[in-house]
Amino acid sequence: MIFCLAISTIICALPCFAALGGDVSTVRDDQARIHATWNVTQRSGYAVHELRGADGRIVREYASSSGKIFAIAWYGPWAPDLQHLLGAHFEEFQQALQAQRRGAGHGPVVVQLPGLVVDLGGHMRSFAGRAYLPDELPDGVRAEEIR
Amino acid sequence: MRTGCFYSRLLSSAVLLILAAAVVSCGGGSSHNNSSTSNPGSGSNVQPVAVNSGPAHNYANGLFTNLTVCVPGSSDCQTITGILVDTGSYGLRLLSSAAGGALTLPLPTQTVSSGNSVGECASFVSGYTWGPVKAADITISGENASDVPVQVIDPTFSSVPSGCANSGVPADDTIQKLGANGILGVGPYAQDCGGACTQTGSGNPGLYYGCASGSCQVIAESLTQQVQNPVALFTTDSNGVIIELPALSGSAASMSGSMIFGIGTQANNALGSAAIFPLNSTGEFNTTFKGKTYPAFVDSGSNALFFLDGATTGLTVVAIIRASIAQGQPPIFQRRPRPQAPARPSVSA
Repeated sequence: MIFCLAISTIICALPCFAALGGDVSTVRDDQARIHATWNVTQRSGYAVHELRGADGRIVREYASSSGKIFAIAWYGPWAPDLQHLLGAHFEEFQQALQAQRRGAGHGPVVVQLPGLVVDLGGHMRSFAGRAYLPDELPDGVRAEEIR
Repeated sequence: MRTGCFYSRLLSSAVLLILAAAVVSCGGGSSHNNSSTSNPGSGSNVQPVAVNSGPAHNYANGLFTNLTVCVPGSSDCQTITGILVDTGSYGLRLLSSAAGGALTLPLPTQTVSSGNSVGECASFVSGYTWGPVKAADITISGENASDVPVQVIDPTFSSVPSGCANSGVPADDTIQKLGANGILGVGPYAQDCGGACTQTGSGNPGLYYGCASGSCQVIAESLTQQVQNPVALFTTDSNGVIIELPALSGSAASMSGSMIFGIGTQANNALGSAAIFPLNSTGEFNTTFKGKTYPAFVDSGSNALFFLDGATTGLTVVAIIRASIAQGQPPIFQRRPRPQAPARPSVSA
């Protein structure tokens, strides 16, 4: 018992990324975090965990049959917490965004890396976007299904 | 190829192109290196606007104007040029001289009862702005709004809260990054946050902060204290905005037009036969592309060219976009094509 507790403590001392690339078991943490309802839809080859927050935000987490979150999509009135949603991929995203920025300007953001795709869109008071791991898409799943 | 939600946002960008930019760069035919000017008319509600590269000369197809801000109730004023006109946001944001902007006027900072200064983190899709909330009297053309909460973009105000930086997009905290001396948000909301920011606890999205000694905590901010769309506070012509740009047959390095305040309040802003597109609760309306329906919005503040399929969409020129701001009522967008423009919205397939 003490041993198990120690293991648990060690695991959670590491970054407990609750989102992209994380384990489906962390959806529960996200549900609590945004005070959301939680519905699961089973599709061919994966499951969609849809969280609807009381503040109007919607987060959909796409979990493979092995339980890995390979994609996330979100809508809502506020800018998303990408540090949380992208988890271990957050810094990679930020570095790519910084590298590709040219001059000034506003508008949709598209970051396409070999192992990571992030799209941001919307406008003030209505934000939307998605992120997925191209190498982790289950067989037969198209990126168009992530929305 | 992108579809789904994100694709819908691309379509939205196409609408923006119709509004402000497509006519500059999408002619596809002969190129004219001169500028083009519409016939803006005149009147106390007509404000000149121009599409150009902005005060930092690095903004593609931005829509810019000027305005005057004053310390409330005084004649201590400053005219600021190079303000980005943005129908996709709400409220006036001015880049401080500390960040390389034009604003030097010492506007009073909003405070909470404890005396702490109020700061704001305002999120845009591709960047955020951080700095204090201040008060200003605003004059644009002959229109006036008094004691308006505005944001001053100033990274020296306080450390950026983690809840702001966690959005993952960069701070627009220099003239080179913002590409403007300020942003004038005239979209279809009266405030930049709304009811959620008046709440305490977990329902508050964390846009407004009380700051002291360089440290900031999320606060509840009343609707009237939030950064306001100045148009909605005008003493006259406060129910909407028309942005009018000329039609072009080719391309031009710049173009001039008008921002006309009010809908149906003066001889020069009658609704006429304009088509009305009711907006939903997120300020959006539906467009259709190849049989699928997508949400869309008119955003003069976005400037990228994301949707190039002109042969399919027939994206050409719709010269006049009208947007109304109605507090407490569903806002509407109206479109009145020029005679030579397509009668139907060109984003519809």
